[in-house]
Amino acid sequence: MTWFLRNWDQVAVALYQHVAIASTALVIAFAIALPVGIWAARNARVYAVALATAGFLYTIPTLAFLALLIPLAGLGRTNAIIAMVAFALLVLIRNVATGLREVPADVVDAARGMGMSARQRLTRIELPLALPVIVAGLRIAAVTVISVSVVAAYVNAGGLGTLIFSGIATDHAPKIWAGALTACALAIAVDTAFACAEKRLRRHRAA
Amino acid sequence: MIALEGLTKRFPGASAPAVDALSLDIGAGEICVLIGPSGCGKTTTMRMINRMIEPDAGRIAIDGRDVTAADPVLLRRSIGYVIQQVGLFPHLTIAENVATVPVLLGWPAARVARRVDELLARVDMPPERYRDRYPRELSGGQKQRVGVARALAADPPVMLMDEPFGALDPLTRAALQDEFLRLLHELGKTIVFVTHDIDEALKMGTRIALLRAGRVVQYARPETLLAQPADAFVGEFVGADRALKRLALLRVADHATPGRARADAPAVGSGASLREALAALLAADADVAAVVDAAGSSASTISLAAIRAAAVAPRRAEA
Amino acid sequence: MLAAAWDYLLAHPQQFAKAFAMHVALSAAALALATAIAFPLGVAAARRPALALAAVSVANLGRTLPSLAVLALVMPLLGTGFAPSLFALTLLALPPLLLNTIVGLQGVDPDVVDAARGMGMTPRTILRRIELPLALPVMFAGLRTAAVQVISGAVLAAFIGGGGLGDFITAGIAMMAWPQILVGAIPVTLLALAADFLFGRLQRRLTPVGLRAA
Repeated sequence: MTWFLRNWDQVAVALYQHVAIASTALVIAFAIALPVGIWAARNARVYAVALATAGFLYTIPTLAFLALLIPLAGLGRTNAIIAMVAFALLVLIRNVATGLREVPADVVDAARGMGMSARQRLTRIELPLALPVIVAGLRIAAVTVISVSVVAAYVNAGGLGTLIFSGIATDHAPKIWAGALTACALAIAVDTAFACAEKRLRRHRAA
Repeated sequence: MIALEGLTKRFPGASAPAVDALSLDIGAGEICVLIGPSGCGKTTTMRMINRMIEPDAGRIAIDGRDVTAADPVLLRRSIGYVIQQVGLFPHLTIAENVATVPVLLGWPAARVARRVDELLARVDMPPERYRDRYPRELSGGQKQRVGVARALAADPPVMLMDEPFGALDPLTRAALQDEFLRLLHELGKTIVFVTHDIDEALKMGTRIALLRAGRVVQYARPETLLAQPADAFVGEFVGADRALKRLALLRVADHATPGRARADAPAVGSGASLREALAALLAADADVAAVVDAAGSSASTISLAAIRAAAVAPRRAEA
Repeated sequence: MLAAAWDYLLAHPQQFAKAFAMHVALSAAALALATAIAFPLGVAAARRPALALAAVSVANLGRTLPSLAVLALVMPLLGTGFAPSLFALTLLALPPLLLNTIVGLQGVDPDVVDAARGMGMTPRTILRRIELPLALPVMFAGLRTAAVQVISGAVLAAFIGGGGLGDFITAGIAMMAWPQILVGAIPVTLLALAADFLFGRLQRRLTPVGLRAA
């Protein structure tokens, strides 16, 4: 505890790095997953292929993935972000596609009948209605990305993992506590925030 | 056969009891229909008979035996149970579904198999074709037939049916109602039947118990319920067109007079209802119709006047 | 590069075999322990709404915790080695197993359970012959998720002395020795993929015929 109070600036820096790479990865992953998910929602074969690929990437053990990326991306943040994006894709693509598919067919039909173009339908009707499921996916992806970032410290990506590894190497328990507990707190906080958002969205869309 | 005495059930948090000191006597071989507005306690009452809901007070006797405190699990194995959504076990074949209670009772396998085939044939589902199928392959009507077969498997003397045909389309529902009535007359079971559909009640019931706020407002045969509603509530519930509904319960053969009709008179079968006869007469703008028997010949007639007399008979009897 | 890795593997067969065996042992043990705890707990919780709510909340919380953080937290408390790693990995495997057991059981069609009860089945028979078979696909999906998670987590156990294929990866990264990294990374990836595939097959095999998508 005292170590934490005396060195909270170290923790803060690590936390900041952690949030920075995690959010970057999440944004990139979502930017990829959204168009792919929209396409997959309409095309069963794309859905199958996209899920199989993303699923394959997701199954690869975290540290193995990071290690295998070294010749491609070296050590550092880029490596970590690529891995995090790869892990987050499965959940995001699946939830975007599922969320869109679950929009009631009669609602889409009504929108079409009223003369909305395909893009208008997508942006004004389908995506807004699919939002709770998409946010649920973002929630899981965010937590996944935070978890990977902890390990990514080992390939010099920075973040809260550096405290953990340093603590393990020097057998310095307070550092381990600081790094691990902060990482857990971050994960819980982010999960709770997304959960609230998800609940709020569902309430407004209940039929 | 079934005696309910002072049954009461109050659910936690409710201001009024769902079932309030309800008493009912159901004779053997009768179909007792429980009907009433939402929340009147009809389903709760039915579910107390097989103790799916435990009564707070009162007594239930089946065939003279007090079952209020009997072992519910054993009791249920002797009562057929059919619910609206059927509840077929999706992971078991049709045969396995129907065999459920006999297997629970420990019947030998050969007897079970014979019984399953016999019942499937009875509900018009040829066993060779359906025995090894799965519920998801069946239509709504077929599922409920299997549901009925399953309830009859152990040959229980009593059956409870909770809106069994409610989830079906009108055509299938009518067909199943007819088949079920025929089946019941052959088997002579005592049935407690819950519905919210007054027409179904009038068609199926030997006696109808109209419930409201947990009490029985009137318990009578369909004709009596229509002709002599106990109060305004009953009158409203059976419908403003109850005179017409009554006509649907009366047979042409019982109200025809011997004689010949004019050549251009419309014809109605002797087994038709007075309501159908009325419709035929109105359509032809005629006063008298020829009553035709099964062979096709006519020896009697039915007149508008006779139909009207039948319709208002109870009222004139009161006056 | 692959050739160099293969040479390295051939040069250190016992080391590899030991790490591989340890990895499998750790994963299998953690999975077995977690299953032994989660399944009965889930079955008990599914019927008691208060307990179910608590269990689901705790499991959801556990699901969000970063794996390495959990492993690291165990070290100051229990030290390093096989047992602490097993403890941490079991903790990591519990949430998906518990969640899927509860969700699977609660997801059984209530009409089916009502019909079973109304026909005179005892609660235990209902559980054994109706609820568990119908919940099995979802429960097995949880097992599949947990298996992959545990294998991935066992890689990280290298950091707290748990042994396993992670040792090759960490040593390789530290020395920038590519063959060593591959000797660790490729087999463990194959292990994870194999587990996912096998459990997926098992899940499909155990899904009652009547429930399989037509």
